[in-house]
Amino acid sequence: MSGIQLRNVAKRFGDAEVIPGIDLDIQDGEFVVFVGPSGCGKSTLLRLIAGLEDVSGGTISIGGKDVTDAAPARRGLAMVFQSYALYPHMSVAANIGFPLKMAGQSKAAIDQKVKAAAATLNLTDYLARKPRELSGGQRQRVAIGRAIVREPEGFLFDEPLSNLDAALRVNMRLELSELHAQLKTTMIYVTHDQVEAMTMADKIVVLNRGRVEQVGSPLDLYNHPDNLFVAGFIGSPKMNFIKGAYAKEHGAATVGFRPEHTTLSKESGAIKGVAGVSEHLGSDTFVHVKLEDGTQVTARCAGEMAVRHGDTVWLTPEDGRLHRFDEKGLAMREAAPKLRAAGSGL
Amino acid sequence: MATTNTQATARVMMAPSVIILLLWMIVPLAMTIYFSTLNYNLFNPAETPFIGFLNYEYFLTDPAFLTALTNTLILVLGVLAITVIGGILLALLLDQAMWGAGIVRLLVIAPFFVMPTVSALVWKNMMMNPVYGLIGQFTRALGLGTVDWLSQVPLLSIIIIVSWEWLPFAVLILLTALQSLSEDQKEAAEMDGAGFLSIFWYITLPHIARAITVVILIETIFLLSIFAEIYVTTGGGPGNATTNIPYLVYAQALLQFDVGGASAGGIVAVILANIVAFFLVRLVGKNLET
Ligand SMILES: Nc1ncnc2c1ncn2[C@@H]1O[C@H](COP(=O)(O)OP(=O)(O)O)[C@@H](O)[C@H]1O
Ligand SMILES: [Mg+2]
Repeated sequence: MSGIQLRNVAKRFGDAEVIPGIDLDIQDGEFVVFVGPSGCGKSTLLRLIAGLEDVSGGTISIGGKDVTDAAPARRGLAMVFQSYALYPHMSVAANIGFPLKMAGQSKAAIDQKVKAAAATLNLTDYLARKPRELSGGQRQRVAIGRAIVREPEGFLFDEPLSNLDAALRVNMRLELSELHAQLKTTMIYVTHDQVEAMTMADKIVVLNRGRVEQVGSPLDLYNHPDNLFVAGFIGSPKMNFIKGAYAKEHGAATVGFRPEHTTLSKESGAIKGVAGVSEHLGSDTFVHVKLEDGTQVTARCAGEMAVRHGDTVWLTPEDGRLHRFDEKGLAMREAAPKLRAAGSGL
Repeated sequence: MATTNTQATARVMMAPSVIILLLWMIVPLAMTIYFSTLNYNLFNPAETPFIGFLNYEYFLTDPAFLTALTNTLILVLGVLAITVIGGILLALLLDQAMWGAGIVRLLVIAPFFVMPTVSALVWKNMMMNPVYGLIGQFTRALGLGTVDWLSQVPLLSIIIIVSWEWLPFAVLILLTALQSLSEDQKEAAEMDGAGFLSIFWYITLPHIARAITVVILIETIFLLSIFAEIYVTTGGGPGNATTNIPYLVYAQALLQFDVGGASAGGIVAVILANIVAFFLVRLVGKNLET
């Protein structure tokens, strides 16, 4: 049992309240992703769990034990830093073996565990090298190796992939998911990239200004965002939001629909606009459309969609895929009022 | 400066300064070597016959030479030990975020700006004097009696004075090195279960190793030629308890008026310094590679 519970955890730096108070339950073996824009307090929350910062209020328990005041090393968690934080003057083997050495294990035991970890992470040929003789991806793996040899109760990752190039990032994402499937250990993963969150998480925690906006599975958040922030943050390209008359028709202050749930037509539809730039990705085309009131929206169309800049186009949100939000930006879950005839325009 | 053409041009352009520098060094050195082979005494400057290596023989077999050599080594090693160890401890302290750290840092650096002659005089008259000195008054107030520092433990006194002058330098260099250690590494080590001492030993010390070598290198160069502090405090005494090689050369030349002997001593000092430099540069080179 090594679930992690946060109860009303708060953090202030001097006068600045970074985290006002968070309640969170993380189940044993779960892959949880904290996602949110830069500066929203993800790293701070992770460091509170790690014990690298003291809480200003609330309690943290791991595996049923209150660890609020425990030193980082006593919490049984391992952390992978964004900068990797490898020890530059030690070889790869010494880096990976360092936690074991600090735990006072015998040389033979350390050697064996380091070799095993290196084999898992494809680092066997590099054990004698220094970190600066490795590529970014290899350094990342050394940092992960240093975390897994301890056989911790949980892993903490702080934006571990943000220093890698795009192709490597996709690879490492898969490797990390694979690692989680093998180890079945609790993992908390911090990122500002919603794609990483969607692809890796069992459970996503969306943070904004130190508050939890919503907790749920990736599809949960995608299909049923609780508020405008989550709706806009999850999904790529971003959800389209429309205020005004069209929203009122649906009994909401704002309505949202995703680009991939939008049909674009040159003849007729629900909302009229002028086509802007089209981005051709081969499989899809993203057409950016400016509505009559100046709102920018995006529609995802088939790859061969031919819309010229300046064409007049009509957009129609897919049935049942319209999200309605009230004045406070909260989702309205009750059934929408019956739609009037289509093609009413803005 | 990649092609042969630009390299050749560069050589021509640099030649004047290289030649001037060479003359600057070679001429005095050559003259010293020349004087060191003469029987050149200021009492009788008219006759300076060539005597070969006799000056060297006298200088090296003089019992004062061995004492001076030992004193030089003790002085250098003693000051190095105090400034490096003390420097690391002080730098660790100043690296902590604490109230008034800026002012404390300034105070610690201050001795570096005091001239050696002045600081030696201050130490001699205001600190170590058995009657008026602060240290004496303090120990007397504690009922411990007094020590006449400069006559009872003269070499230790010199070491203390010189260490006081050089400690700021060591602190400055080591503090800069400490501040460049990434917080992440310390935190990673903390999560890996390393305590304060382990972090110092496995993370901090290797990180500042290069800075320590630089401190040792630069200090050694200056410590080999300590003179003013000895001149104004003990005058090389009592006996020759605080006579180091530079002071011995001075005594030879200006107290015994023996220019030839002093020149031989100077050359010996140059050779010694080069031997030390050879080992130091190898030490630094090894540290800079990794
Ligand atoms: N040690 C600190 N002292 C003061 N403010 C801090 C400190 N660490 C973080 N903050 C502030 O807390 C907020 C959240 O930071 P952080 O948790 O690093 O954000 P994120 O990781 O989500 O980008 C930021 O506004 C940042 O300026
Ligand atoms: Mg961060």
